[in-house]
Amino acid sequence: MGSTNSTLSKIPNVEELMRETGFSPAHIVRLYDRFESLDKEKTGHLRPEDFGAINRQDTVDFHSFVRILAHFRPAENNRPRDPSLPEPVNSRISKLKFAFQLYDLDKDGKISRAELLQVLRSMMEMQVTEEQLESIADRTIQEADLDRDDAISFEEFRKSLEKVNIDHKMSIRFLR
Amino acid sequence: MRGISHPTSGAVGEFFSKRLSMTMKLAVYFLTTGLTLLTLPCGSFTEVPSKPSGTVTVLPPVHPAGGPQAFPNAEKSDLPVFAMNYSRIQVPFEITLWVLLASFAKIGFHIYHKVTFWVPESCLLISIGLMVGAIMHAVHEEPPSVLSYNIFFLYILPPMVLDSGYFMPTRPFFENIGTVLWFAVVGTLWNSIGVGMSLYGVCQIGALEVQDINLQENLLFASIISAVDPVAVLNVFEDVSVNEQLYIVVFGESLFSDAVTVVLYNMFTFVAEMPVVETVDVFLGVAKFFVVGLGGLAFGLVFGFVASFTTRFTSNVREIEPLFIFMYSYLAYLVAELFNISSIMAIVTCALTMKYYVEENVTQRSCTTIRHVVKMLSSISETLIFFFLGVVTITTEHEWNWGYILFTLLFAFLWRGLGILVLTQIINPFRTIPFNFKDQFMLGYSGLRGAVTFALVFTLPDHIVRKKLFVTATICIILFTVFIQGISIRPLVEFINVRRTNRNLDTINVEVHSRLMEHAIAGIEDICGQWGHYYWKDKFMKFNNQILRKILIKDNQAESSIVALYKKLELQNAMEILDTVSEGTSTAPSVISLRKEKGPGKPKRKFVAADLRKMHDILSKNMYKIRQQTTEYTTKHSLPNDSHTKEILIRRHGTIRRSLRLRSFQSPDEARNQKYFSLPAGKSLDWRQTDNGEDETLSGGGYPSAPRSRIGQPSRSSSRVSLPLRRLDTLTEVSSSAGVDLVDERSGGRGRAGGRGKSRLNSSSSDSRVPAPPCHFDSSEVFHGNRDSMPEQEEPLSLSVTWAEEPSDHDDSSTQNPLLRRPRWNPVKPKNP
Repeated sequence: MGSTNSTLSKIPNVEELMRETGFSPAHIVRLYDRFESLDKEKTGHLRPEDFGAINRQDTVDFHSFVRILAHFRPAENNRPRDPSLPEPVNSRISKLKFAFQLYDLDKDGKISRAELLQVLRSMMEMQVTEEQLESIADRTIQEADLDRDDAISFEEFRKSLEKVNIDHKMSIRFLR
Repeated sequence: MRGISHPTSGAVGEFFSKRLSMTMKLAVYFLTTGLTLLTLPCGSFTEVPSKPSGTVTVLPPVHPAGGPQAFPNAEKSDLPVFAMNYSRIQVPFEITLWVLLASFAKIGFHIYHKVTFWVPESCLLISIGLMVGAIMHAVHEEPPSVLSYNIFFLYILPPMVLDSGYFMPTRPFFENIGTVLWFAVVGTLWNSIGVGMSLYGVCQIGALEVQDINLQENLLFASIISAVDPVAVLNVFEDVSVNEQLYIVVFGESLFSDAVTVVLYNMFTFVAEMPVVETVDVFLGVAKFFVVGLGGLAFGLVFGFVASFTTRFTSNVREIEPLFIFMYSYLAYLVAELFNISSIMAIVTCALTMKYYVEENVTQRSCTTIRHVVKMLSSISETLIFFFLGVVTITTEHEWNWGYILFTLLFAFLWRGLGILVLTQIINPFRTIPFNFKDQFMLGYSGLRGAVTFALVFTLPDHIVRKKLFVTATICIILFTVFIQGISIRPLVEFINVRRTNRNLDTINVEVHSRLMEHAIAGIEDICGQWGHYYWKDKFMKFNNQILRKILIKDNQAESSIVALYKKLELQNAMEILDTVSEGTSTAPSVISLRKEKGPGKPKRKFVAADLRKMHDILSKNMYKIRQQTTEYTTKHSLPNDSHTKEILIRRHGTIRRSLRLRSFQSPDEARNQKYFSLPAGKSLDWRQTDNGEDETLSGGGYPSAPRSRIGQPSRSSSRVSLPLRRLDTLTEVSSSAGVDLVDERSGGRGRAGGRGKSRLNSSSSDSRVPAPPCHFDSSEVFHGNRDSMPEQEEPLSLSVTWAEEPSDHDDSSTQNPLLRRPRWNPVKPKNP
């Protein structure tokens, strides 16, 4: 795209962003276009009303936008990683962390029963009764909770999903 | 059926009994095969009788060296006391004999299981066919010329294709549908045209004496040998749990390449008769291709929906429910044939659409019947074809042409390999999970040719001059690929170490978290403005839930897969406990302590082993078969593998009912020790089998993947029992069952007064249990009486035998395990997060 360079120059700190997230310039440009189209009032920030999604912070600027999306890049596990570098954003652990954070709303590092219930409720709203939800939540915690503290820590979360191919489930192919 | 462990007669005894049974099996097998073999030639000899009237006197049945000696009767023609009239029954008789013979062959293979492990069944069938062919050749006998174009296309092919379509794992299929179609359609086209052109080029070489084969015929031949039939490979893939994408691409490719091949075949036979091909014909051909494909799709969809709609009303005609499935699929096939559009596409689409809705509407038994019959029919078809292939290999006249045949082999492999490489390169960027080289190699290597190829070439119209050459070449390539590739694929897969997939991830955690991730991905895709798979899937599920299910499924109560999985897991835990108890029992009374880890203060229970066995026995005989979600992968030669489920079969025996009523089952002492399950009101464990048990994502029930297992009510029940039922159970200790702990916690956490009903494996609340004196059976009889108006075949009803009604002073809702209760259709809307 001819406008790639011009768009890129509009974005501050773009090289750092690319390095951090691993997106290519074309990807960044596309995401920027998308960001702009979502940001209807051109404030440079996205608010929850803009896309009706649940988000951690109240507003999202472009950098955070890209960073969050970077979690969903397909992981490349072919090249050996330099252990001194920080964990790439789209590695398996990072994806798991991201999923964990979707549950852990109060950010205490554990998924409590209430948080789990809330997620379950929002996923299965139409189809189950409250009691069933509670039973399911109980069983979920039961299965994963190894240290019997009635909540799921990140380690337990990771362990319960160790056989699942997270990369397949948490990746999308970003179009150019 | 899990019965009590058979008498342990010691290792030696078992060894001998195994040997004996094997010998006996072998003996019976050979005897019967021999007999059938010998009667076969006899059968066809009656074409040569001298009697006009068709009655022949008794003659020695076996006469290999000559025709039957038909002694002419005296002219008086007495009343024949004993006469044979063969020609009347000849056709059905011979068909039956052939099928029987082929089935004996199958029995024979499985006597020694290592054989089928290393050698694929198709190889074995062909070998047996070769042997039979050799025998027939020795007696100068012709194989029955039954395989004609119509017979193959109208009777033999539909079951095979129906089987592939019906057992296609839908979720992976739709996730990879682009790739599958790409490889199938474009790949087959590439192969046909490539091989055809190359062979045509080769034909120009004078030395091979094949110059008379023109381009059309070459293309026709090439399209025939492009149909892949990787059944053997799929078996190996399934055993090895190879990664899902590879599996589904191979599976789907085989199915759709059949469709494409048939279309090309028809096109090219038509074209082969034309003296000259012009460009307009080429365009017409392309256009026809699309019409044919999409038309098949449309027809299939229409018939699928009509079939689903019909099954909505079949609750009163249970016996013929499976019939609808077959009739509609077959009708789809025939109507498509009528309009000359792709019948394979039609029947596959019909099966795909139908399966999901029908399996929710139809009873468990009909469901089983359908699956069973589909597998059976397709097995027959395929067996026959391979068997016939073997016979024909020996008995037909071959035209051997070294050059042509070798070049055929060479080009087939070359073009397939090239095709896979090129196509993968093109499609990999569009895939989330690209194919690596190992996958590509496996893809290329799975290009076995099989039944369809053979049948197509065998039924070529006779005006093709070099038909015999084509037949020979095809047989060569089939034999080569099936034997060499089929046998070597297993060690190769292990050696290459293809990416595997993890199956049996049956935990609630996995299910819940997978769902969450799917939702997240759908949201992210939406944010990015991309319409990926999950987006469409989401849209479809909404459409499905709101519109389709309401129309096509009677009594529509959507159930989340998470809930279904939860129920299933809880029940499985219960089964496991039953199992460990029954296996561990000895004749001495065993003292089993419950949940010792829970600390002191919990009462201990005593169980007499004999009673345990009795319970177990009764339960085994009378409980409904619990079906789990099947594995995704199925093979052509076996039913979806249920062996890992703990299955307890149900049998309807009026006698058992009565005997239970009389039997004083428990002393009051032990009665206190009974654990009860509770079940939702009036329900039997009417689990539906879902045939797409996804390993990684037991994803939401709406997608046209499998219906979720649920506890459904007997669909004919007009009178729902209002009281909840309880199952008498002898669950005792659990050393580590998660279910128990969970239940414990839950009941502990709830602190409800009515704790008895809801905790299943819980001993702590057994104090509050009502003992189950024999009087319960009377009430169950009464209960049963309510339902006597139901026709006898109603399976779930017999469940009531072992279920005791709870005493009526119980509050309905509090005693049930809320989760086992079916969600009512107007749930309380939860507050939004």
